[in-house]
Amino acid sequence: MTDRIADIWGERTPHGSGQAWPGRVDQVLAEGLTDGDVDRWVQSACVLCSNGCGCDIAVKDGKMVGIRGRAQDRVNRGRLGPKGLYGSWQGEQHRDRLTRPLIRVDGRLVETDWDTAMGRIVERSKELLASKGPLSHGFYTSGQLFLEEYYALGILGKAGIGTPHMDGNTRLCTATAAASLKESFGADGQPGSYADVDECSAIFLYGHNMAETQTVLWARVLDRLEGPNPPKLVCVDPRDTEVARRADVHLPVHPGTNLALMNGLVRELFANGWIDEDYIAEHTANVDQLRSVVEPWTPEKVAETCGVQAADVRRAAEIFGTGEKILSTVLQGFYQSAHATASACQVNNLHLLRGMLGRPGCGLLQMNGQPTAQNNRECGADGDLPGFRNWENPQHVQDLARLWNVDPAIIPDWAPPTHALQIFRYVEQGSIELLWISATNPAVSMPQLERIRHILDQESLFLVVQDIYLTETAQYADVVLPCAAWGEKTGTFTNADRTVHLSEKAVDPPGEARSDLDVFLDYARRMGFTDKDGRPLLDWSGPEDGFEAWKECSRGRPCDYTGLSYDKLRGGSGIQWPCTDDQPAGTEHSTGTERLYTDGGFPTAPEYCESFGHDLLTGATTGETEYKATVQPGKAWLKALDYTPPHEEPDAEYPLRYTTGRTAYHFHTRTKTGRSRRLNGAAPEPWIEMSVEDAARAGCQEGDIARVTSRRGSLEVPVRVGDIRPGTVFAPFHYGYWDTSDGGPHRAANELTITEWDPVSKQPLFKNAAVRVEKLRTGDGPSKAPDTTASRRATGAQR
Amino acid sequence: MKLPVYIGLLDEAEATLASSFRVVADGHGDEPDVHFILQTFAKKCDAHREALKPVIDRYGEDIEGEEEHRLTANGMTEVRSGPLALMLDLQDLYVLVNHIDVTWMMVGQAAKGARDTELQGVVEQCEGDSELEIRWLQTRMKQAAPQALLVAE
Ligand code: SF4
Repeated sequence: MTDRIADIWGERTPHGSGQAWPGRVDQVLAEGLTDGDVDRWVQSACVLCSNGCGCDIAVKDGKMVGIRGRAQDRVNRGRLGPKGLYGSWQGEQHRDRLTRPLIRVDGRLVETDWDTAMGRIVERSKELLASKGPLSHGFYTSGQLFLEEYYALGILGKAGIGTPHMDGNTRLCTATAAASLKESFGADGQPGSYADVDECSAIFLYGHNMAETQTVLWARVLDRLEGPNPPKLVCVDPRDTEVARRADVHLPVHPGTNLALMNGLVRELFANGWIDEDYIAEHTANVDQLRSVVEPWTPEKVAETCGVQAADVRRAAEIFGTGEKILSTVLQGFYQSAHATASACQVNNLHLLRGMLGRPGCGLLQMNGQPTAQNNRECGADGDLPGFRNWENPQHVQDLARLWNVDPAIIPDWAPPTHALQIFRYVEQGSIELLWISATNPAVSMPQLERIRHILDQESLFLVVQDIYLTETAQYADVVLPCAAWGEKTGTFTNADRTVHLSEKAVDPPGEARSDLDVFLDYARRMGFTDKDGRPLLDWSGPEDGFEAWKECSRGRPCDYTGLSYDKLRGGSGIQWPCTDDQPAGTEHSTGTERLYTDGGFPTAPEYCESFGHDLLTGATTGETEYKATVQPGKAWLKALDYTPPHEEPDAEYPLRYTTGRTAYHFHTRTKTGRSRRLNGAAPEPWIEMSVEDAARAGCQEGDIARVTSRRGSLEVPVRVGDIRPGTVFAPFHYGYWDTSDGGPHRAANELTITEWDPVSKQPLFKNAAVRVEKLRTGDGPSKAPDTTASRRATGAQR
Repeated sequence: MKLPVYIGLLDEAEATLASSFRVVADGHGDEPDVHFILQTFAKKCDAHREALKPVIDRYGEDIEGEEEHRLTANGMTEVRSGPLALMLDLQDLYVLVNHIDVTWMMVGQAAKGARDTELQGVVEQCEGDSELEIRWLQTRMKQAAPQALLVAE
């Protein structure tokens, strides 16, 4: 195996259209060890991005000492990327690991035992429930726990406490994927499959730097590009990413203008007759409205608005309109930008207009960012109801009440679920007084950090943080609970193409650390949450009980898990839901469900759908009456919105557009990857990426230290002069403050971002701000931004 | 003919609503969704007045009749403070929008009676917006009510 820091995607194993992706097994063992030293291999899947690569963990003397891709897994066929290889177990063995609970005493966090820590939480929780009721409680979780953990959290929040204030950081990463699928198809659920990469004749990547966010999926694309009859590639991204470099058409739109481009592409399909009239008539509703909304968006108007060439818009549309099998993937460039849901819906619309769904190679991947984001959406630890049930459907709420054997009145269906930024707003206003944060780090990942720090520091707030390290967020906590990490606990999770994996416990967690599931179960027990018959609400003895309970919850819903079990998930490949008994896993031809909507039928029937939908401009709910009056059950919705400029645009004072994003070597706020020697070495410190001409205008050269200022704060970071489009600057969002000395200058990208969210998905707009850049001082050499990725030094590729 | 009175009322009510949207948007900058969406709504009011201009040019705008003027709901000039502020301010907007909504409905009826296709077109285009504004206000107030009424202090 080549060194995967230098060679991120590894050796090519090319394959042609319709051929199976060849295997290639990647493996890393601790220094000095060989295969013979390994005591046992334990089955798992990687949790450092949404790809969910199947892997085995090497164990020696009760310690994790290596990782190997699983050759038989449908997701990766043995491959792993840099994060999985160098940051999985290595990122968890740092001496900083939390091993004992901490409580705040006289302003300082001090070690204590579990009884004392949990006792404090329960005392405060009971006191608040008695004096203020359930709305005093908020839960903010992750995209990195296991399915069983989310489901436990969902039940205790919705049926134990009864609060609508539950969300996850999935709000920041994947909320728009879910929202756009609900708006277009009636329910969440990834239509496509990774196998579509092997079959397609063209791939469109919308705001998706796949080469860095899902490196193994990109390896699959590269293998197609280097094989016979390679697919055409179209890339929408303001940066000169690896994807852009390989693209036949690169559309480097101004951040904030995605919707204008999408309306233009849809218009071209209509204008050139590249639509499937029969499919539209049989399987969609609303085509006339869509046609009239996009009508003004000629390629010329798109070019002017987005800062791209009209000819490129035409070429991209032609590739979509005339291609035989199109695969689209969408990620943060769309989800974290203006008009997020509307833009993502237009991708759905392109596929609906051409009937390009449910067939091999004709896929749609509204991607996730985090490994287990999908499960948060399914299990109801975010704003959704478990099992993709509909908040506005009383029958669905009754179903859950029956399943949990509780009074339906406790389930908070009387208000729309509270999204993450609104939860923080209630904390700011003092009406949420207990906030429980699990496995996420809002003090670095939320927008406008000065404000977030102020909120976390609020006198009225009792803050519980459970994590594996003392994050920037944990430092504000009243109680810190040390948790088990991946490989130290058992559970299942589901990747971005609905593939369910079992991740088995390989070793014990360090010290007194416990699994997140144990913590939630313990809290429920101590709180005395019971069902209608006085039996414990959560009587699971471990994760497998949780999985079995979840299967019942998922029965008959789009994400049906009833045909799966821990046993079926052991040994082979991950399996895609829905997987029911009539579609048994493990038989030759029926290992779960490869693609949704193969028959062009969509889950829009009012009694079955997950949502009655929203107005894309404002987020106003459609409501049951209006929905029932207009829906054509089984048909997908062609939803559309006209483009208007984003709210914060460059001006004289802040002349540059600011966007944030990821690098191949880090995950999230670097809690694990920053503690891996190899990954940290590859990208040790933050930077700001500028084009040659913007850098010159600011008087900056490569490596100079610059101050970047927005209306909300400023950063002091080295400049990387790169191939980003002029007028736009980029900062990686991974870097916070745990590994800097106190009092240093600001370096977290989110110091500058704006508190604003998409009206439908409520996903924050991390990629839409205006900034100015000034040189502070000359640097002592080039910046340490990676030269292997989109952040590489300028090559003159920019227009 | 009293239609010009009502068209005048409508024009005035749209102006009042636009400035009220802006007052509430500015006053609740800490609620970004409210802040931005109300600005969008204010622009829609401006657009409605634009659309009405050619109609007003034809009919004239009768702003005399005292009785009719009493119908005009007062606009908002400042926002409230305290835990109920947002809800009460949104509720005031709700009254203003509903007032306009029903005014458009009546003008629409008259436009049909007069077979005035231009005015009918304007009504069609604008009525949908007030209906959307009503739905959004309901959605947002529904969200805010439990927290404001049960736990906020
Ligand atoms: S692509 Fe994602 S899941 Fe696969 S090894 Fe890399 S980080 Fe892990």
